[in-house]
Amino acid sequence: MQKLLRYIKGYEKESILAPLFKMLEACFELLVPLVVARMIDTGIKSGNTGTLWGQFGLLVLLAVVGLASSLTAQWFSARAALGYGTALRRDLFHHINTLSYSELDGIGTPTLVTRMTSDINQMQNGVNMALRLLLRCPFIVLGSLIMALLISPRLTLLFLVVTVVISLVIYLIMRATVPTYRQAQNTLDRVTLLTRENYVGARVVRAFARQADEVADFVQTNDRFKQLQIGAGRISALMNPLTYLLVNLAIAVLLIRGGVEVDTGALTQGEVIALINYMGQILTNLLRMADLVISITRALASGIRVLEILDTPTSMPDPAQPTLAPAQDAPAVAFDKVDFTYKGAGAPSLSNISFAAAPGETIGVIGGTGSGKSTLINLIPRFYDASQGTVRLFGQDVRGFGFAQLRRMIGIVPQRAVLFTGSIRDNMRWACPDASDEAIWQALEIAQAADFVRGKPGALDEPVETGGRNFSGGQRQRLTIARALVSKPQILILDDSSSALDFATDAALRRALKKRTNGMTVFIVSQRAAAVQRADRILVLDDGILVGNGTHADLLQNCPVYREICMSQLSREEVEKTL
Amino acid sequence: MSKKISTSKGSASTIRRVLRLIAPYRFLVALTLILAAITVITTLYAPVLTGHGVDLILGPGQVDFAALGQLAVRLVVVVTITAVSQWLMSMVNNRITYQVVRDIRVQAFEHLEQLPIRYIDAHRPGDAISRITTDVEQFSDGLLMGFTQLFTGILTILGTLAFMLSIDWRIALVVVLLTPLSIFVARFIAEHTYSMFRVQSETRAEMTSLVEELVGNEHLVRAFGYEQRAEDRFERVNLDLQSCGVRAVFFSSLTNPCTRFVNSVVYAAVGLLGAFIAIAGGITVGDLSAVLNYANQYTKPFNDISSVMTELQNALACAQRVFDLIDEPPIQPDAPDAKVLHQGAGRVCFEHVKFRYDPKVPLIEDMNLRVYPGQRIALVGPTGCGKTTLVNLLMRFYEIDGGTLSVDDWSINRITRDSLRANLGMVLQETWLKCGTVAENIAYGKPDATREEIIAAAKKARAHSFICRLPQGYDTMIAEDGGNISQGQKQLLCIARVMLRKPPILILDEATSSIDTRTEVLVQDAFEELMKGRTSFIVAHRLSTIKNADRILVMKAGNIIESGTHEELLAKGGFYAELYESQFAKV
Repeated sequence: MQKLLRYIKGYEKESILAPLFKMLEACFELLVPLVVARMIDTGIKSGNTGTLWGQFGLLVLLAVVGLASSLTAQWFSARAALGYGTALRRDLFHHINTLSYSELDGIGTPTLVTRMTSDINQMQNGVNMALRLLLRCPFIVLGSLIMALLISPRLTLLFLVVTVVISLVIYLIMRATVPTYRQAQNTLDRVTLLTRENYVGARVVRAFARQADEVADFVQTNDRFKQLQIGAGRISALMNPLTYLLVNLAIAVLLIRGGVEVDTGALTQGEVIALINYMGQILTNLLRMADLVISITRALASGIRVLEILDTPTSMPDPAQPTLAPAQDAPAVAFDKVDFTYKGAGAPSLSNISFAAAPGETIGVIGGTGSGKSTLINLIPRFYDASQGTVRLFGQDVRGFGFAQLRRMIGIVPQRAVLFTGSIRDNMRWACPDASDEAIWQALEIAQAADFVRGKPGALDEPVETGGRNFSGGQRQRLTIARALVSKPQILILDDSSSALDFATDAALRRALKKRTNGMTVFIVSQRAAAVQRADRILVLDDGILVGNGTHADLLQNCPVYREICMSQLSREEVEKTL
Repeated sequence: MSKKISTSKGSASTIRRVLRLIAPYRFLVALTLILAAITVITTLYAPVLTGHGVDLILGPGQVDFAALGQLAVRLVVVVTITAVSQWLMSMVNNRITYQVVRDIRVQAFEHLEQLPIRYIDAHRPGDAISRITTDVEQFSDGLLMGFTQLFTGILTILGTLAFMLSIDWRIALVVVLLTPLSIFVARFIAEHTYSMFRVQSETRAEMTSLVEELVGNEHLVRAFGYEQRAEDRFERVNLDLQSCGVRAVFFSSLTNPCTRFVNSVVYAAVGLLGAFIAIAGGITVGDLSAVLNYANQYTKPFNDISSVMTELQNALACAQRVFDLIDEPPIQPDAPDAKVLHQGAGRVCFEHVKFRYDPKVPLIEDMNLRVYPGQRIALVGPTGCGKTTLVNLLMRFYEIDGGTLSVDDWSINRITRDSLRANLGMVLQETWLKCGTVAENIAYGKPDATREEIIAAAKKARAHSFICRLPQGYDTMIAEDGGNISQGQKQLLCIARVMLRKPPILILDEATSSIDTRTEVLVQDAFEELMKGRTSFIVAHRLSTIKNADRILVMKAGNIIESGTHEELLAKGGFYAELYESQFAKV
């Protein structure tokens, strides 16, 4: 929690002054009933109009000073809250940018987005509210009690009892409704689920003519939701009437006991009115506190969620080495007895992998889902660290490279073709901020994307919408390939990235890659034999074990797993045709 | 100006519709109005009683204990009535609101099931979902607030006025004249902060989309070493948000202190005036305390009503969004004389079929195809060539624009949709499973299937063995996103689902890009088993399937450009031959 408090840094003054001014305002507010009591007791009773005007002036003065201190408090608290949110956001964003793939996998990016946005907003509001009200409400309750004590020590007990009982009632009602509300929330989630399911699955629902059943299910869920809401409402609807009843019972008692006091002269009529006023103040502020507690709890829950991320250290700090020089004659990529187990996984995903890829070689990587293909290539740019063994690039341990150098050396085309909002040019400059248009066009040519980019009215300036949805799947895929090529990396990794291309385009792409990327080491990952068969060498993975390492022809002869894959995709004659 | 009129007209019709929704509960509405009246009157009466109480304790020796005791009892009775009727009112309001909300939600959902697939394809799911969930919730909140605060607010204003007039007309006049000041102040602030709020929410939206994009794709940010640039871009928006946020938060928080200030001044003025009148003997001290109490409370209903108005406007806008969904034209109902097609032989015939998604973009212009029972038709072509369009037409997800499409010699427009679809089994690339158990999913097309039938279907679909390995076997729950089983296993379940129905015609999409080799073999086997003796259309990706087909339809840009067997097409040396050869192109 202290960790979250330190983001107020730079706004300490504001966050002390805001509640102080707020309390000042509260003080003035607490004085009002006393002034009115004086108006009645000395002004009306003695018919002294001078006193009346004096007290009136005092009331207006209190209002003016109250307004001034309240505005000051709001200003400080707005500044502190926004300053807090901004600093926290900045830091969290930076922290997310240091997390490695292991942490990102564990946490999941969608929840990171929520924490960056709505959770921090929630906290910012929480800070604002806390600075303004957290001290003010209890202060007024306490102040009212003190005022009551000053006016009539003997009646203070009544005030204490009322405060305690009302607090207890509020607490009990809140506690009783929380579980029902949670249940209602779950049911509401199910309403959302059913809606989404029926929208996305409309074809299947209709294909099987289940519309009526789906509606029946939906109606049932909604009826349940309604019942839960009504149930929760029944209890929470008690809050206002019950507390109102309690305060007025207390006022009734106050009138009688006050009557006794007034009768003996210990109290004046105006003072009784003041006491009644304080009673009202206590109720209002206790109810306000209940609201406040809910908001603050929500902000705290958000705080905990944000803290979870901030407390996740990166398992892979940037070595920030000066640029490492490649060793002479070393292979571009070499795995030496590499094992890899995902965090929290029971079994290793890669076991004892050793191979070397020379500069300029094209390496195919094939195997079924879960065989470890993606894991293997993810170790090359050091998205993960090997659990055992070493990965070397150009003779140097991959762990020795600074991230910047590493990313420049390696171009990656991920499975999912994601583009970013901006222009095509912005997207092409992702790996290389100062790439020239010439370099970009060259990359687009190789990726077989130049034609359709040229066909767009804006060419390189053509806007890309969120997620690249104004491009077809195949176009997106080619653009992501070009994006990786712009920086002319020494190693290029294509992770199953031609699945959306038709045979002809795919073949043209492979040809262009071969011809125009001189000296580039290329890794092509695929489930399709056709995509890797012409690689210089093919790595065959089965259950995390390297079961084959050779050319297409070699492997067909000597590697049963590879043969099985080929045969499942091509007929015997076709396989022979490839040789 | 004209726009304003049209929106107010629009909201008038929305209000009428909302009222129609509430109409069935008019008894409850009448009840809540009565309860509100009781609550308001008793609530306003309590300060008067307290004031009388104060008048009974004038000073030493001037306390009327007997009357005071009676009065206390009366006070207790009155506040008890208030409390009870307030509680009942809340419950009635809850009941009306939640019932209305349930009704509108069910209505929207029923409509969803009637929407044309064309609409569903054209709109992102998030939109419809948020209409049925979030918008309805917003509407519910607004409605509830309207019920609880609008009527009581108006009654309180009138009641307070009446009570004050009954005490002293001069004080009432001061309160009535001065109170609107605070409303003007509130409105003035709201109007002048609106633009700041807009800037803030625009900046916030900008930040959210930036975060969604960059953090949502954090893997790529890291892979491309984009961190610093990402942080620079973020910092710009972050600072923008800070500076416009401080202003928006501060100025909007002015409303409360400012209205409170006006209130305090009114309070002081009432105090002063009341005191003068009291000295003159016009009112008692107790009356003064009651009036002060009212002066303190008088702005509250005004503020309530103005916030209810905003909330109601918002609620109406949300209701309108739901109504818009409900008003979307539904599918043409089946013709009244539509025939129920029983399990047929599986003959399919396209005659001069014309179809376009976009009336301006030609797609299928004149398609002719005759498929005999048991034939196997492979659909081949580059992505986006219109293979899935055939699925859409056959299943009658989209209506054809011309020509006839018939199944077993019945034009599909002349048979019921449900019976047409019962004749067609479909396994699409995008596997969709319900959030439920494995068994429920397999039996989706035949809810009354016995466990034995389900298991038999699963066995035929080669799904039995993996199902048995799941933690609860056939009773394993499939998570919302199907995350606990693999893509290939999902596809096997979809096959089992069709297997149980035994339709005479099949539509299969073979795309298996995310299935591992071993499961792929199983899926192929299952497909084979399924196709036995059935007419099948296969969106084919695998050469072996294509070659075994009775007929290959090569599609390009929505049209069938070649058709024939594998050998015929190769011999022809056209587009198909080119596609086929590119597989083996030597670099």
